[in-house]
Amino acid sequence: MLSQKTKDTLLGPLNINNPVVVQVLGICSALAVTVQLKPALVMGIAVTIIVAMANVIISLIRNTIPMRIRIIIQLVVVAALVTLVSEILKAFAFDVAMQLSVYLGLIITNCILMGRLEAFAMTNNAWDSFLDGLGNGFGYAWILVAVAFVRELFGSGSLLGFKVIPDSWYAAGYENCGMMMMPAMALILVGCIIWAHRAINDKEGK
Amino acid sequence: MEHAISLFVRSIFADNMIFAFFLGMCSYLAVSKTVKTSLGLGVAVTFVLLITLPVNYLLQVYVLNPLNLSYLSFILFIAVIAAIVQIVEMVVEKFSPSLYASLGIFLPLIAVNCAIMGGSLFMQQRILLDPENVKAIANIGDAFAYALGSGIGWLMAIVCLAGIREKMEYNDVPKPLQGLGITFITVGLMALAFMCFSGLKI
Repeated sequence: MLSQKTKDTLLGPLNINNPVVVQVLGICSALAVTVQLKPALVMGIAVTIIVAMANVIISLIRNTIPMRIRIIIQLVVVAALVTLVSEILKAFAFDVAMQLSVYLGLIITNCILMGRLEAFAMTNNAWDSFLDGLGNGFGYAWILVAVAFVRELFGSGSLLGFKVIPDSWYAAGYENCGMMMMPAMALILVGCIIWAHRAINDKEGK
Repeated sequence: MEHAISLFVRSIFADNMIFAFFLGMCSYLAVSKTVKTSLGLGVAVTFVLLITLPVNYLLQVYVLNPLNLSYLSFILFIAVIAAIVQIVEMVVEKFSPSLYASLGIFLPLIAVNCAIMGGSLFMQQRILLDPENVKAIANIGDAFAYALGSGIGWLMAIVCLAGIREKMEYNDVPKPLQGLGITFITVGLMALAFMCFSGLKI
């Protein structure tokens, strides 16, 4: 149904060209919002929408942008989209917006956006750019969700706010791992994901 | 004055941009291969923070708040940052070519460094805090102290990591873990060490 190129554009970023673990873009927010699953999920969706939209807009106006001031134009487009998303979140999901706090605004300086706009949207048509944005957004989101899953499960014994570990375990001496709640563990977990990812992909490559 | 000093020390250690908030991670990981270049980037970040944060503070307090336009803050802050980075680049190029040669390549990168934008957004939150709170930014002096402290904290973090990575060249790291993976784990361990400052009371 889809041509090979479209498929690569959409699915490549999920694994081989993952924006977080391979291209090392957008690390700041990936680490900061992953204490619980819910904010991570919202952040992933927000970034996906913003990357896709920004890619389309920049791709449509790419021939009229003067080269010298393109960075500022890209930043303004992204900032306008982020403002929209943050106002919508504040209206409909206030508690999540508060949990994300400054990291929502920091989507503007998320390197995934600038990276994709520079590398893809400036040279490709709107439809391909849209797919590329979706792919990269999902690639970013699944890493976030994976890290947040581990941190919430082991750190507070719940998933999406629901208790998963039964009370009888606590009675038997099970304790939540406080380490998982700390910022440092996010870094170590992402390090381990990169390790596993490289080990698997290198084997396939050979 | 006391408050500003406390804010300054806290923002270097307890509220370190890298280890507590992960701000500016992208360039932190990408440029920390050698001590020399990381020092250059650190100085550039401190310098730009020191200019943009007080400017954004003044804009927030005297323009956005009275006019109830806080929702425009994202666009305004990023425009200020991008413009100031551009101006700094031109001024440095004109008046100190030697400094430009060493900082040159990093300056354009700084416009999209999360540490700069993050500093401004944290400042925006801290204006609303009660003035008695140790984290509150109540006047322009506090804004300077916070900017300087955050910048120096970032500088220190990147130079430390670069030092460790230079030594680690000689270590026998498992192959898939080499490069990025081990760097993440190193930063994680450094963040653990920095957590002992979090109880700091000044």
